Amino acid sequence: MKKIERMDKRNHMDGEIGAAEDCASPSRRSFLVGAAFISSSLLLGGCSHGESTRGPVSPHFFGPDEGNFVRAAVDRLIPKDGLGPGAVEAGVDAFIDAQLAGPFGQAVGIYMQAPFHLGDEEQGYQLPFTPAQVYRLGIQRVDAHCRKQFGGAFAQLKPDQQDAILHELEGGKIDLGEIPSDDFFGLLWQNTKEGFLADPIYGGNRDFAGWKLIGYSGPRYNYLDDVGNFGKPYERPYVSLGGTSPVMCRFGDSPTGRFRGPGCEYARMPAKTHYDALTTTTGKVWPAGTL
Amino acid sequence: MARKLPEVDVVLVGFGWTASIIAQELTEAGANVLALERGGWRDTVPDFSVTHIQDELRYAVRKQIFEETQRSTLSFRNRPDQLALPMRDLGSFLPAAGVGGAGVHWNGQNWRFLPTDFLLRTHSEQRYGKKAIPDGMTIQDWGVTYEQLEPYYDKWEYLCGISGKAGNIGGAIQPGGNPFEGPRRREYPLPPLKRCAATELFDKAAREVGFHPFPAPAANTSRPYRNTLGVQMGQCTFCGYCEWFGCANYSKASPQSTILPVLLKKDNFSFRTHANVVRVLTDSAGKRATGVVYVDQDGKEYIQPAQMVVLCAFAQHNVHLLLVSKIGTPYDPASATGVVGRNYAYQLSSDVNVTCKERLNPFMGAGALGQVVDDFNGDNFDHTGKGFIGGGYIALWNTGGRPILQQYLPEGTPKWGGGWKKALHEDYLYSTHMQCHGAVMSYRNNYLDLDPTYTDDYGNPLLRLTFDFYDNEHAMSKFLTDRATDIARAIPNRGINPKPRKGHYSIVPYQTTHNTGGAAMGADPRTSFVNPFLQAWDMPNLWVMGASVFPQNPGYNPTGTVGALAFWAADAMKRYMKNPQPLVQV
Repeated sequence: MKKIERMDKRNHMDGEIGAAEDCASPSRRSFLVGAAFISSSLLLGGCSHGESTRGPVSPHFFGPDEGNFVRAAVDRLIPKDGLGPGAVEAGVDAFIDAQLAGPFGQAVGIYMQAPFHLGDEEQGYQLPFTPAQVYRLGIQRVDAHCRKQFGGAFAQLKPDQQDAILHELEGGKIDLGEIPSDDFFGLLWQNTKEGFLADPIYGGNRDFAGWKLIGYSGPRYNYLDDVGNFGKPYERPYVSLGGTSPVMCRFGDSPTGRFRGPGCEYARMPAKTHYDALTTTTGKVWPAGTL
Repeated sequence: MARKLPEVDVVLVGFGWTASIIAQELTEAGANVLALERGGWRDTVPDFSVTHIQDELRYAVRKQIFEETQRSTLSFRNRPDQLALPMRDLGSFLPAAGVGGAGVHWNGQNWRFLPTDFLLRTHSEQRYGKKAIPDGMTIQDWGVTYEQLEPYYDKWEYLCGISGKAGNIGGAIQPGGNPFEGPRRREYPLPPLKRCAATELFDKAAREVGFHPFPAPAANTSRPYRNTLGVQMGQCTFCGYCEWFGCANYSKASPQSTILPVLLKKDNFSFRTHANVVRVLTDSAGKRATGVVYVDQDGKEYIQPAQMVVLCAFAQHNVHLLLVSKIGTPYDPASATGVVGRNYAYQLSSDVNVTCKERLNPFMGAGALGQVVDDFNGDNFDHTGKGFIGGGYIALWNTGGRPILQQYLPEGTPKWGGGWKKALHEDYLYSTHMQCHGAVMSYRNNYLDLDPTYTDDYGNPLLRLTFDFYDNEHAMSKFLTDRATDIARAIPNRGINPKPRKGHYSIVPYQTTHNTGGAAMGADPRTSFVNPFLQAWDMPNLWVMGASVFPQNPGYNPTGTVGALAFWAADAMKRYMKNPQPLVQV
């Protein structure tokens, strides 16, 4: 019901999203009909925010302001502290950048047929935007809100101001036009968790930061002898699908992914793990040759 | 123009569990069988290999092992007076695309339904009176009994190498098994899986509060196993990647790990992938199916004539095909007439999270590694005065502890920030959850029909789902969640977090891929689309498989019964092929 109220507030009496009031797109709907099929879905369809349509997708999705926003936001969502690295140290911003440049960001395989109605929460996501578009629009509008309220973009605010903004976004309390702010926050937080805890081949969880925090040693194959050791620690070196020193795919897909596109590059991660010294789930160091 | 292909004896729509069973059985009987699969070819090597299958982001989160909504989805609303909107992303349930179907990515939680489940209306009216069934609840008997299906359950379990402990052999209650189950002819083919720390704690706590826990029957092999077709399966290693993944180890029963190595060698069997069936063709009188139309990857259309057509797609896809092919009378909720789309049902599940004092290592798991209490399923307990019929099981499933999606943190954990990080650090290895897995009855206003607005990739109208939970289900779910909370309290813990499911059904959070009904089986053609042998009442050479024939959904996972019904129907088809007549005369 929450979403219906929002709808009424914006005076879309028939519950339908047309072109947004603050956006000069001549035909958002016709553009979005094919959004799932075309790489140009990252274009903003002539949105008149001082930023004209962008060029073709580059391997890195975020522009400088967007990168600053995401780095600052994920730093508050999972901060560096006494327990270890936070989201920034784990490469979560790079992970999200790669995901948005890839099939996830472009909503590949997602049903994007018009007409779009907001509907009830039980009916799920109904915005005419790909995840990449939600980020692009959402970041612009959160930054605009911050400039108005605090005189600076989100990334320039003090940590407690940033936390306050994030809480307001989470509560659906900031007007981001046709994007409910809790939807924007939900997507950002979901992708942040993913980047912190997914296999390092995707560019986040750098140096196994997320898995070291929780004590998950990675996708191991065989626990047959260990499953019955009730209550006992499990000690093995951390390992990724890419090995102990994993590679990442810059388009945000796995090296064997079916969406592996032309130009998919692999770059050796700046991981500190080497075969000669492997940290284990209990903090021990395993000598070489024990893997 | 569609190209017309040479006729086959039997065409199967889909190539998952039921198609594999029907194909194996009918090719043995000499029929020339063709399966048409909308997705691609997949096999253990290379598609499910350990080098890449244990990838939570790619498969479980980005859903690369499921059907894409862009090609096939449905529209959804809770009530008939609402505007249905398309399910744009998968959430509540996860149908597959590709050979093996959902049999590739299931957990392997394998059940028989209770004898009383098959006689739900008759039994409930006898025990509690007609008033116990509220207006608008359209439950009915199945037209088949547990005793009739028992040999076929047995056949399925020995095909799959189910690991478990019998609770009732020929009427004699067996210590260590489920004392509430219907009588079975013999023990499971394999002993139960080893227990893990969490299932051990659940077992102890459930006994302490007076319930009867037992090891869940698992289609994850506890030992190496050579199945009834001679196919060798490997021992499960508890890698923790069953549900939403293919099995790398030949340990989880799937068409690939149990049937296909034998079936694919047969000269009288063939299959085509990327062959999406869009219509069932009928003769001009509408009395006989003449074949199907399918579309290949390039959009080319083919007519595949066949003597028999068997719908083996996922539950709601079978119903969609019937509706777009204009076969049978579509269900109309206003007049409560018609059968195609009638009695759609689902599952009502809720959870109780427990953060234990003991370290659990939740990542050592298997899809059906669980300990279960069945005291409150079906009619295993007296419902007098409870305000509902039906029930469900309470289980502690230790499926894997995968880091992104399987965090079961205590109540009051901050949603993000340093507090969340601290909780994850302190609690991940110690936290688990119990599932209450409840039945959903069928109702007059829960149904499937065609959407008036939205279309799929092939220009067909989307299926439209109208579905909500009713008072009976909410009362049942609260009762189950309270009992699970009793068990949780008896586990030495640092916090419990009951998560009852309240309010309307939502298409968003994953619940179960246990969608049922829409082409119900039964003894009365006014309320069922197929007869008790899964043969269409009005079209004797058309058959419907899968959970689409369930007249309502009992409190167990459906696959065991889906498999047993396929074997049961295959025997009926063999009789039909000798004498092509309706097996039940109206």
